[in-house]
Amino acid sequence: MSLRDELVQRGLLISMGVDGLYGRSGAFERVVEHINLAFGTLGDPDRPEVMRFPPGIGKWQLEKSGYMKSFPQLAGTVHSFSGTDRDHGALLETLKEGGDWTAQQQGTEIALAPAACYGVYPAIAMRGPLPAKGRLVDVYAYCFRHEPSVDPARMQMFRQREHVRLGTAEQALAFRTLWMARSRALLTSLALPFDVAVANDPFFGRTGKLLASSQREENLKFELLVPIAAAEHPTACISLNYHRDLFCTAYSIQTTDGEIAHSACVGFGVERLALALFRHHGFSAEAWPQKVRDVLCF
Amino acid sequence: MQTRIRTLLSESEWLKVNAKTLTNDADLYAVGLTSHATIELMLALEEAFDIEFPDRLLRRGTFSSIGTIAEALAEIGVQQDAA
Repeated sequence: MSLRDELVQRGLLISMGVDGLYGRSGAFERVVEHINLAFGTLGDPDRPEVMRFPPGIGKWQLEKSGYMKSFPQLAGTVHSFSGTDRDHGALLETLKEGGDWTAQQQGTEIALAPAACYGVYPAIAMRGPLPAKGRLVDVYAYCFRHEPSVDPARMQMFRQREHVRLGTAEQALAFRTLWMARSRALLTSLALPFDVAVANDPFFGRTGKLLASSQREENLKFELLVPIAAAEHPTACISLNYHRDLFCTAYSIQTTDGEIAHSACVGFGVERLALALFRHHGFSAEAWPQKVRDVLCF
Repeated sequence: MQTRIRTLLSESEWLKVNAKTLTNDADLYAVGLTSHATIELMLALEEAFDIEFPDRLLRRGTFSSIGTIAEALAEIGVQQDAA
């Protein structure tokens, strides 16, 4: 039986009839909550500013951040009906005929957040130049990426818990180094097998090949990979990204010296980590090794 | 060919300096070429020289200087004296 079928059969995930879209059981959510507690144990001493955003962001943010240049295939936007009675009749007619009624909706100003950190940059930019110590923000949000898959570790709607660091290049890189050490130590203490790899984002098309190659050559992205559904294709459960000045240029975020700031983030895929724990320690968290339960504050 | 590449760069807003002042081996990334500008440069070169870069040349290093661009163009058959 596949891991996905087993998770659904045991009731940990609830099938919703669309690949990559699941409900979560209480037992699954409890594990997710405890992964967040473990994240807090690591990160709370840094006293981050906490921001929570809804799963939607302004469509303008996808435009401003360059997302549509790099990942048009992953982006999702919210559409809604805003026509007349006559248009409504036409929509119902399409519906009756089994046609694509969504074409009769219009775009709204809302897009789905592709990563938890997207809300942070405009919020920080509104405050003017960064203080000398930079800023550190804790975010947690549902994200959407359009990549339907039967692999339960590749959900279309999933949550990311992140810390985002904004400051000088040195501050951003030091943050990434710190979280690399913390992340490795956490996965080791959770008794999960993992590899660390230089990675690239799934940039679109031919131009994407160049962007992906640049990202790898410059070691901008590292992933901590844990085997979940298939041992030969381990899943990125934690990613550490140095954005250089990409977002800070887009939002004109400056350091206290008036230079364009740099940013970095660490992102925990909380569902993926939960799946990794279920896969390696069994489907009942009560039966997990006590050491693992201790790390997760059970 | 180098002259044409230099002109193409100087007519753009990808660099912080005038490309006409750059030597063939000057690092374009050090003078402001960003990742997204590299994409625009790549597409502009393909249009100007009527070529398509093969996947193996879609690397950061290919576009790091006027010299490396000229080498890549030569490798895919653009004549050295191409105007």
